[in-house]
Amino acid sequence: METFDPTELPELLKLYYRRLFPYSQYYRWLNYGGVIKNYFQHREFSFTLKDDIYIRYQSFNNQSDLEKEMQKMNPYKIDIGAVYSHRPNQHNTVKLGAFQAQEKELVFDIDMTDYDDVRRCCSSADICPKCWTLMTMAIRIIDRALKEDFGFKHRLWVYSGRRGVHCWVCDESVRKLSSAVRSGIVEYLSLVKGGQDVKKKVHLSEKIHPFIRKSINIIKKYFEEYALVNQDILENKESWDKILALVPEIQQSFQKSHNSLQRWEHLKKVASRYQNNIKNDKYGPWLEWEIMLQYCFPRLDINVSKGINHLLKSPFSVHPKTGRISVPIDLQKVDQFDPFTVPTISFICRELDAISTNEEEKEENEAESDVKHRTRDYKKTSLAPYVKVFEHFLENLDKSRKGELLKKSDLQKDF
Amino acid sequence: MEFSGRKWRKLRLAGDQRNASYPHCLQFYLQPPSENISLIEFENLAIDRVKLLKSVENLGVSYVKGTEQYQSKLESELRKLKFSYRENLEDEYEPRRRDHISHFILRLAYCQSEELRRWFIQQEMDLLRFRFSILPKDKIQDFLKDSQLQFEAISDEEKTLREQEIVASSPSLSGLKLGFESIYKIPFADALDLFRGRKVYLEDGFAYVPLKDIVAIILNEFRAKLSKALALTARSLPAVQSDERLQPLLNHLSHSYTGQDYSTQGNVGKISLDQIDLLSTKSFPPCMRQLHKALRENHHLRHGGRMQYGLFLKGIGLTLEQALQFWKQEFIKGKMDPDKFDKGYSYNIRHSFGKEGKRTDYTPFSCLKIILSNPPSQGDYHGCPFRHSDPELLKQKLQSYKISPGGISQVDDCGFSLNHPNQFFCESQRILNGGKDIKKEPIQPETPQPKPSVQKTKDASSALASLNSSLEMDMEGLEDYFSEDS
Repeated sequence: METFDPTELPELLKLYYRRLFPYSQYYRWLNYGGVIKNYFQHREFSFTLKDDIYIRYQSFNNQSDLEKEMQKMNPYKIDIGAVYSHRPNQHNTVKLGAFQAQEKELVFDIDMTDYDDVRRCCSSADICPKCWTLMTMAIRIIDRALKEDFGFKHRLWVYSGRRGVHCWVCDESVRKLSSAVRSGIVEYLSLVKGGQDVKKKVHLSEKIHPFIRKSINIIKKYFEEYALVNQDILENKESWDKILALVPEIQQSFQKSHNSLQRWEHLKKVASRYQNNIKNDKYGPWLEWEIMLQYCFPRLDINVSKGINHLLKSPFSVHPKTGRISVPIDLQKVDQFDPFTVPTISFICRELDAISTNEEEKEENEAESDVKHRTRDYKKTSLAPYVKVFEHFLENLDKSRKGELLKKSDLQKDF
Repeated sequence: MEFSGRKWRKLRLAGDQRNASYPHCLQFYLQPPSENISLIEFENLAIDRVKLLKSVENLGVSYVKGTEQYQSKLESELRKLKFSYRENLEDEYEPRRRDHISHFILRLAYCQSEELRRWFIQQEMDLLRFRFSILPKDKIQDFLKDSQLQFEAISDEEKTLREQEIVASSPSLSGLKLGFESIYKIPFADALDLFRGRKVYLEDGFAYVPLKDIVAIILNEFRAKLSKALALTARSLPAVQSDERLQPLLNHLSHSYTGQDYSTQGNVGKISLDQIDLLSTKSFPPCMRQLHKALRENHHLRHGGRMQYGLFLKGIGLTLEQALQFWKQEFIKGKMDPDKFDKGYSYNIRHSFGKEGKRTDYTPFSCLKIILSNPPSQGDYHGCPFRHSDPELLKQKLQSYKISPGGISQVDDCGFSLNHPNQFFCESQRILNGGKDIKKEPIQPETPQPKPSVQKTKDASSALASLNSSLEMDMEGLEDYFSEDS
């Protein structure tokens, strides 16, 4: 993958928005079958333009209106907001207090920087294959809960373009959820509590809720390779001191052992002693799990999820610093997802150029319309498989919608 | 309810029809009554229900809710006042009808202010909780269905399938088996308080809730609905109040409890600053006495303390000029620069007297407000000692106020609750200045002292969580002076 040069963005974006951005699928998503009048027209978008100019309350009449505006303004970043009571671009004409955010997908934002206290390989905006496993585990744990515990069916996971992942839950009933329920869902999904000053961030009570048990089972699959080998959390004194702070008495055995794997075995032995002796004052019965959770369990930002009017980066938006496209993640292949192979805008634009030149050489008098061009264009680039994932997600939405309509018409006995 | 000029007609329903309109001994009051009744009955029903709710409040203060004593006393109150409480009794139509109509009448009286609404909702919730607790298990399902709640008890097979999960999720279940425990399946969003803390098992968008927890959910639903209903009622109130037949009664009802706000100017200027030290030991409630002492000792109080104490002083009659002088004198002793005081603090004092900014004449804090908002932290002296102090410290403090050890123990069954610091002051002053004859000898001949229940303070922290906080204080020898409105 070629390195990305941010100064090329204006030109690249022009090409991207004209030939590659998957408008029809995008519109198909946000229109939600046109079942509710003006659902798309009342949706807020925000654009970040060149030189950090930020404009809110953008809204569009239909797909072609959206295309024209995006091509005209060439946004560096696109965010999606809520569906409002009125067209956002007319919100100034609305009586004070009447312009309200009404519905929005339930969204989650998982950011690698929130794990800086437990990853040794990178910090802040950096990521590497060694710590990306944190995202893999997060997706598995959160997605399982959203699906099995909450019964949410339409979940779109998206790579943010740099250091994290987003989830968009698009079920009809979910879009209507109140802020209080959204907060409640985040609380249910949270286990790691405390900032810098807190050494032990996970405390489990005697009874283990099924959500916690199932999450631990997921972490167990990755723990040895991720934590004990790649992160090597017990490699040397400096790294294991953090864990000793939670279980001081195993210091000696740590020094005697040779690697993280051995040390972890020792820790497990000590921890299991406390598991059987619940009445002790020092440690709860789940010490081993508490440490695993502190190092591996997902960390969510509640502010992103609770507000109905919160704006979140749009799928297929470009990340201005890395050039990577925010692509959907195939849930069937979560373990294989590699953020470093996600195409950058410069890469796919070059792919497109190469194809076009070839085509020009091959074809002679083809007066193909722009639209037809574009429907084939992205397919010929590395963007194609990601659009496919998106289309699969859209098909499921369609199926559900048809199912609901059938149910309703059955009830009303419409034939 | 209709109060038109139609002729009075008592509805007479045949036996089965009557019972059908009130299928249960308790209800959520979703539908207003639609009969015509006489004014006399209207009044009597209202007064009886006020008596009932007052008993609910007092019993809740005197006994721990749910205990045998509480339950049996509340039941006898209900029986005495002829309101419904138990299923499967004979001739239940009348008591249920009285219950239904009287509730809606009181909505008219108690929707008028935040404090009235809060009181009304609290007592109605406690009443509902009691009635639900004595409902036989087989009646619960019917009641829930009839009340349009989507709560279904799951079958035994479904229970067995999920037994481990449910037991592992619900703190209210002990042991390893479900046994005969009823489990209800409800949409997860209806169980917000349970699932957010992972206190319930979730599967495919449903929460599997044991009966004990269902009660909490039902009460929350009830509170939310009643709160909304009261807001709506308040909006249609002008129309009702314009009916001259009803106006005097409704006013009378709503003033009889949760009392005055002590913002009236009746006693302005009757106190001089040099009386305050003595008054603080004789007639101030413990919270204000503590604040005054801290102010004298430290020549300073933080914002929370200045608000609570400053408004109390206004309530007992200090004028703005006196207040400014009082605070300034004290702060200067703490080496504060007089100019700094004028710049920083006097504006706030004038503001609290309604002389600055939006000119709101702030009212002195009631006990409920003091207990519920702005808990004190290190370096603060405000708050309520019965709520915010360690019980041991509280005991010591009261001893230093010279209350006898006998006084510092159990709560007396006087059936009364104090709910405003200025109320304490007024009544204390009334007694000391010979307003009425004292029938009983108080333990301290000169100063009436509160008799707190130290035990109750411990209960308070859990009770607080569900807004069940009346101040657990009573005053010996004073119950006769708080005339119960007839």
